[in-house]
Amino acid sequence: MVDNNIADNNTVNTNKFIVSHAPFWHDGSKISLRNYNMALAALPAILFGIYYYGMQAVGVLSLSISTAIIWEFIFCRITKRSNTIGDGNAAIIGMLLGMLLPATAPWWFVITGTFVAIIIGKQIFGGIGANPFNPVAVAIAILMLSWGNVFDFNEALINFDFDFAMVYPLAALKHFGVSAVDSFSMGNLLMGKQSGGIGSTFGLGLIAGGIYLIIRGIIRWEISISFLAGIIITSLIFNITDPARYAGPVIHLFAGYTLIGAFFLATEDSSSPVNFIPMLIYGAGAGFLTVLIRNIGFYVDGVIFAILIMNLINPLIDKIRPKAIGKVVENA
Amino acid sequence: MIKRSFIGLSKPRLAYGSLEDTPSLKQIPTSKEVTLLADCPFDKKNLLFKKKAAVKTGQRLLLYKESDEYVVSSVTGEVSSISSYTGDFGRSYTAIAIEVAGDEEIDDEFNSAASGSKDASLETVKNYLAFAPGNPPVKLFSDKDKPINTIVVCCVDSDLLITTNQYIVKSDIDAIKNGISILKTVTGVNDIIMVASQSQMHELSATGEKVNQVNDTYPSALPHLIMKNVLGKMVPAGKTPEDIGVCFISAEAVASIGNAFKSGQIPVTKIFTLVKKDGSKSLVSARIGTPASDIFKAFNITLNENDRIIFGGPMTGSSVYSEDHPVQPDTDAIIVQDKDDIPVISDYPCTNCGDCIRVCPANIQINLLVRFLEAGQYEAAADQYDLYSCIECGLCSYVCVSEMPIFQYIRAAKYELGRANTAEATNG
Ligand code: SF4
Ligand code: SF4
Repeated sequence: MVDNNIADNNTVNTNKFIVSHAPFWHDGSKISLRNYNMALAALPAILFGIYYYGMQAVGVLSLSISTAIIWEFIFCRITKRSNTIGDGNAAIIGMLLGMLLPATAPWWFVITGTFVAIIIGKQIFGGIGANPFNPVAVAIAILMLSWGNVFDFNEALINFDFDFAMVYPLAALKHFGVSAVDSFSMGNLLMGKQSGGIGSTFGLGLIAGGIYLIIRGIIRWEISISFLAGIIITSLIFNITDPARYAGPVIHLFAGYTLIGAFFLATEDSSSPVNFIPMLIYGAGAGFLTVLIRNIGFYVDGVIFAILIMNLINPLIDKIRPKAIGKVVENA
Repeated sequence: MIKRSFIGLSKPRLAYGSLEDTPSLKQIPTSKEVTLLADCPFDKKNLLFKKKAAVKTGQRLLLYKESDEYVVSSVTGEVSSISSYTGDFGRSYTAIAIEVAGDEEIDDEFNSAASGSKDASLETVKNYLAFAPGNPPVKLFSDKDKPINTIVVCCVDSDLLITTNQYIVKSDIDAIKNGISILKTVTGVNDIIMVASQSQMHELSATGEKVNQVNDTYPSALPHLIMKNVLGKMVPAGKTPEDIGVCFISAEAVASIGNAFKSGQIPVTKIFTLVKKDGSKSLVSARIGTPASDIFKAFNITLNENDRIIFGGPMTGSSVYSEDHPVQPDTDAIIVQDKDDIPVISDYPCTNCGDCIRVCPANIQINLLVRFLEAGQYEAAADQYDLYSCIECGLCSYVCVSEMPIFQYIRAAKYELGRANTAEATNG
């Protein structure tokens, strides 16, 4: 049914015309274009990571992007599906995964990560558009559960020498309390003067990329904004109840995976809602859970698990939607 | 083709074509042969006339025994062939080709019917004007099961690029006035509402009828949205405006009725908008049945392999197989699209990007609906995912990031379900 039929006409004319169905216009949007824009938006944060962590960061990122593409290619081959690497989706998954990893992540770790993301996170559900969970979040979660120490950014990045205190703010917060993160000013956090994943520390760059994606209509702003609002409100409530134990919104907003989560992870198309109210619930819920996990949970950062939990209930919340026009509710 | 703007956050703004001045109308000379398409399947056994039958201009040709389907010959000549024609989704038509003879003779059956009674009668309108330019919906006027209480006269064109109705309003407002008064007399409906764009409001207020304004962006001029936004009436899913007593008629159809009674002849020339490959537009007048190729010749348009010919607008029209496809009473536009301008259709699945949800005027969960349609689960699509709420604007396909032919799926599903229901009704 999906075809541009080229049909013979019965007349003496030999021209064959394209016969297909309306509409005969398209606005020119494309999956590949979206993904290229996604890469463009991530570029500032990536370049910053490379600037700080040098060749090691380049190594992790290239390995991550290339192996993601290779896994996708292999899977398409084995299952005899048409080759989908051209749409850029596998590359984006690899890129985002690399951005979340520390620059010191070993090669096997990266390859395992992309395998989980592409094969388990995406392909076994049927490929693009069919994954119920964010593939990158799935991969990071599994890596964290299996080899959590690799994500100990303080430990991992100990050999780097910087002009700022190389401390992972969320770990400091968890282990030493609010006083340990007093030294982090908002400006320093935004400028990436903190330790963390390769592409997840340069707050300003991530925000700029996020705004770009929102303006272009590539990510759904409702999700990003409500996610950030969820973080601010929840952390504020905690902070007010016990300022000595719980940090205020600044740390929660600009440290860890918050910003990359808000603009690049929570907004993944397939695993997030498309209706207005559900998007707000989804985003705010993920923000709330993030702070909850950080403050009273076991993990240092909660973004990944918060997003996965919201992915899980996404089909349920996305049922809240406006009624289709002309729909008659039958009382039969 | 209007592309997505850099700021993709906003909805696409698809402005309807508008006519500032009255453009000149290009008249296409009568062709050697015209083809009339009757909206009923070919049925050789019951045909009421044969090949070689002589016909006059404006003559009504009843097609089959025990059927009231007819076409009106737009030329004088003899029937050269009667055959079956298959349109979109396999719908079948009877195609009657007429070879044009030298001298034109006007048939006077309509004239005697029209002047026989003092006032125009519903019978005359119904029996002679169904095939007039603009396709007056004459059957709806006399449907006993669905009485009409409001008539909406569309002075705007429902699809993009088209300026046909706007042209009629500019050039033939008297015929529209006359047509409206005839409509009132024959149908007994006094609630006539004209819908117009902002720029037409002034011209139309002179008619003394109620004029309501519609928005100038697509798809506001589609009947379901006019119902909702202008009349404040909700058409239940799967129903048509006439099911709840509202009949839509185009300005051109009204003018046809007005002109028919004034001149005593059934009008046989159709006015339409021709859109060339470079996007430039011309208004054209040609006899109903004129093959598109004659129009292309008159405009020096050359068609190449893999170009596309569209009858109707870019969002809702249909593409045709042959350069010789004839102009019909409802052909409001002919668009020629270069092969390089034809968007691809991909076999990608829905990525759940949500763009379609933002544009759908009917609030349909297209991202879910399309999965069922792809799997051919039409009943589930209709029962759970609001297939019948779709008002057929085509915007979902227009914006789809995966470039899926969603609108085609929707129309095919409705068509298939409709067929299944009819079969059930006739068998049960
Ligand atoms: S064609 Fe598409 S966008 Fe338009 S009403 Fe139907 S489902 Fe909605
Ligand atoms: S626009 Fe296309 S890809 Fe996006 S949600 Fe709608 S159907 Fe899916």
